[in-house]
Amino acid sequence: MAAKVITITSGKGGVGKTTATANLAVALASMGDKVVCIDADIGLRNLDVVLGLENRIVYDLVDIVEGRCRLRQAMIRDKRLSDLYLIPAAQTRDKTAVSPNDMVRLCNELRPDYHFILIDSPAGIERGFRNSIAPSDSVVVITNPEVSAVRDADRIIGLVEAEEKGPAQLIINRLKPEMVKRGDMLAIDDVLELLAVDLLGIVPEDDQVLMAGNRGNPVAFDSKGLAGQAFRNIARRLKGEQVPFIDLAKNDGLFGRITRIFRPGGY
Amino acid sequence: MIPSVQIKGVREGLLVTLGDGDWPAMLAALLSHIDKQVDFLRGGKIYIDVGSQVLHAIELSRLRDAVSERGLNLWGVLSNSPTTEQTAQLLGLATRLSRPSRQTQFRESSAPDTNLQDGEAAVMVRRTLRSGYSLRHANHVVVIGDVNPGAEIIAGGSVVVWGKLRGVVHAGSEGDTNATVSALDFSPTQLRIAGEIAQFAGKRGKPQPESARIVDDKVVVEAWNPGKK
Repeated sequence: MAAKVITITSGKGGVGKTTATANLAVALASMGDKVVCIDADIGLRNLDVVLGLENRIVYDLVDIVEGRCRLRQAMIRDKRLSDLYLIPAAQTRDKTAVSPNDMVRLCNELRPDYHFILIDSPAGIERGFRNSIAPSDSVVVITNPEVSAVRDADRIIGLVEAEEKGPAQLIINRLKPEMVKRGDMLAIDDVLELLAVDLLGIVPEDDQVLMAGNRGNPVAFDSKGLAGQAFRNIARRLKGEQVPFIDLAKNDGLFGRITRIFRPGGY
Repeated sequence: MIPSVQIKGVREGLLVTLGDGDWPAMLAALLSHIDKQVDFLRGGKIYIDVGSQVLHAIELSRLRDAVSERGLNLWGVLSNSPTTEQTAQLLGLATRLSRPSRQTQFRESSAPDTNLQDGEAAVMVRRTLRSGYSLRHANHVVVIGDVNPGAEIIAGGSVVVWGKLRGVVHAGSEGDTNATVSALDFSPTQLRIAGEIAQFAGKRGKPQPESARIVDDKVVVEAWNPGKK
């Protein structure tokens, strides 16, 4: 089966790495792929919360690495999607508890049995980031349409290139089409012009994403919302499908927006 | 012959100096040295002076991973080899112990002469310089690609960017007031030529090739107009 290892990273914090990891994992697993998510943010774990699996953690990533449990014992299987697994991070240790080689060994052990391994990288460019990208086959960089996030994304893309992990792919998260239209937010073209990498998808700002994260029930479970749809499209692109982009700026009269809200699937 | 490894404490952390020799042997010697004193060294910031070894991304990232597996942090790699220095910078490692003062911006081995003439040595970089990348060279610098915000070029001579210039450029960093900076799309965050500093505000209309030089102690930017001149 030879899984593809994809690291989701950003440089800057708070742009949506964990949310994106959770949603892409849910989207891929609901399409029938066997998916393992690894939370590499040791000491500041969150992915378990967003996936709603927090209260089922017994063993974690550091327990595996330090030999206190077998790999399969630490994997939490989602009850809603039987093909979705999580390896949680330890909360009481720090990034130095795991080395890049540990991550490579772990992923190699998982590869034969799954389709996708998604690694949720911590913010920053230090040890945690290096742990996260060491085993990856491809890297997805998340950014917001905001100058500081784009600057950090640029740095991360440079570091990924230096590690010879191939060209990174980009997700622009939390885009507000109305603000771009008014010129108050960086336009997609400006971001792409600067970063010069392939665009994997654009996720619009959506209050549901935050609410769903709080409830531990990622939006990708629900195909109706725009953000959920965007994550599902990105998941299909990760599988190699050609999926047209949602036109977020189209017919943006109030009427147009209302009709789109009431017309799921018509994006 | 056993390769020599010296470890000494410096203000910034630990400085490891490796002797000359075959790289795999040097690496093995270094690691066994660290293993012997691992309790003493754990958690330390180390800088490694690799002398004239030419190291590429694979070797340097292996070195970094091997060092971090032993609980040490590799902060910098010092080298006489420009290739090794560039690779180290690419991997986000320091290439000198502390921030250089203006006088010591370049290693003695590449001390620039301040009167650069046309036709003298230049370095050509065919890639986009992303945020965090620092390109330092004693002579002229030519970049074929963009220079993004957050990237910097510090050149003893002139700088030519065949692409968009958005980062910080210091031309004539050793005081050469004849240095120029030219780019196809000229909007640097900050521009310095010799001792003069200029800033540029935001976007200005349609991009066009421009060139900056010093006229009467001021940085002047002019549109590139091949018809005239």
